[in-house]
Amino acid sequence: MHEMMVAQSLLAAISDEAAKHNAKPIAAKISCGGLSAVNDEILCFAFEAIAKDTPCEGMKLLIEHKPLRAKCRDCSRDFDVDLSMPKCAECDSENFELLADAPLLLEEIELQTD
Amino acid sequence: MKKIDIVKKILDANEKYAFENVLFLAEHKKLCLNMISSPGSGKTTILTRTINDLKGELKIGVIEGDIQTDIDAERIRRTKAPVVQINTDGACHLSAAQVSAALRELPVKDLDLIFVENVGNLVCPSDFDLGENGKIVVLSVAEGDDKPIKYPGIFAKSKVLLINKIDLLEGGLVDFDIERAKTDARRLNKDIEIFPVSARTGEGMTDWCDWLRQSVKTV
Repeated sequence: MHEMMVAQSLLAAISDEAAKHNAKPIAAKISCGGLSAVNDEILCFAFEAIAKDTPCEGMKLLIEHKPLRAKCRDCSRDFDVDLSMPKCAECDSENFELLADAPLLLEEIELQTD
Repeated sequence: MKKIDIVKKILDANEKYAFENVLFLAEHKKLCLNMISSPGSGKTTILTRTINDLKGELKIGVIEGDIQTDIDAERIRRTKAPVVQINTDGACHLSAAQVSAALRELPVKDLDLIFVENVGNLVCPSDFDLGENGKIVVLSVAEGDDKPIKYPGIFAKSKVLLINKIDLLEGGLVDFDIERAKTDARRLNKDIEIFPVSARTGEGMTDWCDWLRQSVKTV
């Protein structure tokens, strides 16, 4: 249930930004990498619970999972790797290495402007 | 409606403390290793065995993370190594802030090596950097050889894989294809060092301890 800590950090970051713009946040886009252990449903549930009675109450979270990238050691190409079928998307080689995974990012906030 | 682009690391509060820990450890020139595994893989037994096997050579301190109790800290205390227990009260991983506070309670100046034993969990701790010099993932053979591929995050991020309880392989007490586990772990992480050990019998501990001796020198 480490999504709760992610939700708390997210709430703090969104609240800071919204306060700077003096506007109510209505949605946010976040992204994470393929190795990140964040479950969308649990994160949204945790966020909803802690956002209650704050300016972030009722916000929509859009979570984008960026594919994990790998580099094939046989054909040298970079490809999106599916760890349930770990092989090169181009040449089927199983001889590859994982590239750096995308970090957990808050990318965009939508604010109400009326 | 207005959209604003941010691009901000969500866990930057944790990362701020993690960076402080990096600086603290660098300033004191100490090696700190974050040990992660499922519950019951033998982390504490590995630690007590390692502390005893390296007695007189390396001074080791331990930060113990558990949801509750100080059972593990008590086991470490019996080896006479300094230990600080953190209870997370339900949280499934240690945070860098908790480790920062615990580091200040240990006699760091007198130590060569600090182990952090994370909360038993193969998933959540892998997302939280503690500012350590490296992660050590422990997989016991009783858990099955499919764990690297089922829990790729922690195997991809670790410096060392300890395959523990290898004494159970003799006599065919468990079905565990050690070569499969090694191949899958190396596919996720080409640089991972792998040491098959039995902390109970001491088998394989020499290579692991040699790796520690070498790593302490190169901090």
